Amino acid sequence: MTLPARDSYDLVVVGAGPAGMGAVAECAGQGISLLWVDEQPSPGGQIHRGLAAPLSALAGAYQRGLALLSAARAAQAEYLPGATVWQIEPGASLGVSVGGASRLVAARRVILATGALERPMPIPGWTLPGVMTVGGAQTLLKAQGLVPSGRVVLVGTGPLLWLFAAQMLAVGARPALILDTTPAGNARRALRHLPGFLASPYLARGLGLLRRVRRAVPVRRGEHPAIRPRPAGGLLIAWESGEAEADLILLHQGVVPHVHPAQAAGCALAWSEAQACFVPVTDAWGESSIPGIAIAGDGAGIAGAEAAEYGGRIAALQALAALGRIDAATRDARAAPLLAARARWLAGRAFLDALFLPKPAQRQAAPEAIACRCEEVSGAALRQAVRQGATGPNQLKAFLRCGMGPCQGRQCALTVVETIAAERGLSPAAIGPLRARNPIKPVTLAEIAAMPVSEADIAAVLGRR
Amino acid sequence: MFRRLPEAESRPVIPFTFEGRPAEGRAGDSVAAAVLALGELACRETAISRTPRGPYCLMGVCFDCLMEIDGVPNRQACMVPLAPGMRVARQRGPRQPWP
Ligand code: FES
Repeated sequence: MTLPARDSYDLVVVGAGPAGMGAVAECAGQGISLLWVDEQPSPGGQIHRGLAAPLSALAGAYQRGLALLSAARAAQAEYLPGATVWQIEPGASLGVSVGGASRLVAARRVILATGALERPMPIPGWTLPGVMTVGGAQTLLKAQGLVPSGRVVLVGTGPLLWLFAAQMLAVGARPALILDTTPAGNARRALRHLPGFLASPYLARGLGLLRRVRRAVPVRRGEHPAIRPRPAGGLLIAWESGEAEADLILLHQGVVPHVHPAQAAGCALAWSEAQACFVPVTDAWGESSIPGIAIAGDGAGIAGAEAAEYGGRIAALQALAALGRIDAATRDARAAPLLAARARWLAGRAFLDALFLPKPAQRQAAPEAIACRCEEVSGAALRQAVRQGATGPNQLKAFLRCGMGPCQGRQCALTVVETIAAERGLSPAAIGPLRARNPIKPVTLAEIAAMPVSEADIAAVLGRR
Repeated sequence: MFRRLPEAESRPVIPFTFEGRPAEGRAGDSVAAAVLALGELACRETAISRTPRGPYCLMGVCFDCLMEIDGVPNRQACMVPLAPGMRVARQRGPRQPWP
């Protein structure tokens, strides 16, 4: 575990998933000072977790990631795993913590490739031990070779849920049940996006996967799932027309951009109706509303791993042009095939977004469900605070502390916004996002106090010049 | 609740203690993964209602995996690589102020 070697860099890339790897790979041979930080202990992002030692049953899916990683390694970036970025200032200075020590580094350009997180699924009982996310279980499988065992019930909607069921089958395990909460009207609404999907590479992959899972696993459709512990041990999941016992329940209803880093830097967000989440405002190059800060990959709007890699490369080309390493003509020539390839993947996305969008009631906290896992605030308390005058997620902090626990609103922000919006009869766009402020990850005061100080820092504090 | 695939089972053993009892993980485990592999689904008691809670996201987002590791409370067990001899304990309630 080492801290950044220098005080300043031409480019800092945050994240080592497909977008981060793509961005770094594109910088090979350009002679820039490049810092590459990632919170995870090894590169690959969530999609390629365990890339260093993939399980044989899943190895096929790692081919592309391995090739991309070796391309990224060729860029000879200063790569720091296990590094948490806890502060991003608009002037592009970053607070980086590694192994309990911190440094501030300045960057001429920053590419945030911090990916996605799972959309909260605030149903009654989702805080019980034995209930976790599908993505979490997938991480345990990929990185540690741990397979869910006993009676495993998958609940929710979205491509990842089906993919993970297929991966369980591939390693010789089998979910006891899939409770599919996809709203019935989605297929009809998705139809108008079908042409783009048919032309995208998603089609072949998705159909085979669905067929394999449906052959092997019982699938029920259900609404309003609720989980409770059984007195004899284990869990019980009930929905409007049935119930099932379970030892482990895995929830999933899609992924949304992880916007905290972009927000901390001051980047503007906009509500995406199609994906029902806030998305940083970016141009085709990934440039945010803050000069010098670009956002690439799922963190700029969910588009999947392949589109993320292209997005990372495209953002890097723009950074290289801004740094004066390539001219605009070179940038455009190199970007053209990348933009075209990304467009093919994006074309299939609208169909998936519409097909798997969870229904609003399932995105809001039911009165009897916990909305904020950290501060243990129920949907009922949240709704009552709205009636007492909390107009949005930022005022709500003063009422209920939602968003002020250790996760800093990463889990509850969308639930809170959508629940307030519903209660007030407004759109989430009108309510606006929960503000995320530096530090965006908990860091101890001792660690901040132990950071080296320069003459300039001392002058700034003492008010001298 | 979880079983380890044979090819992962053969990774090097990492001894540690959980709640004072000797336990074993494997190379590549996070602390949270090693604890889940023991069949322990709850890693802490929550700060407000003191009810059992387990790791939820396993990717550093939810902070539901806070544990006491080598005497240091409030550590994100899903982000801390397991190391030989680690003392891992459930965190009960909020972190206590420094003594
Ligand atoms: S399990 Fe979510 S942060 Fe560790």
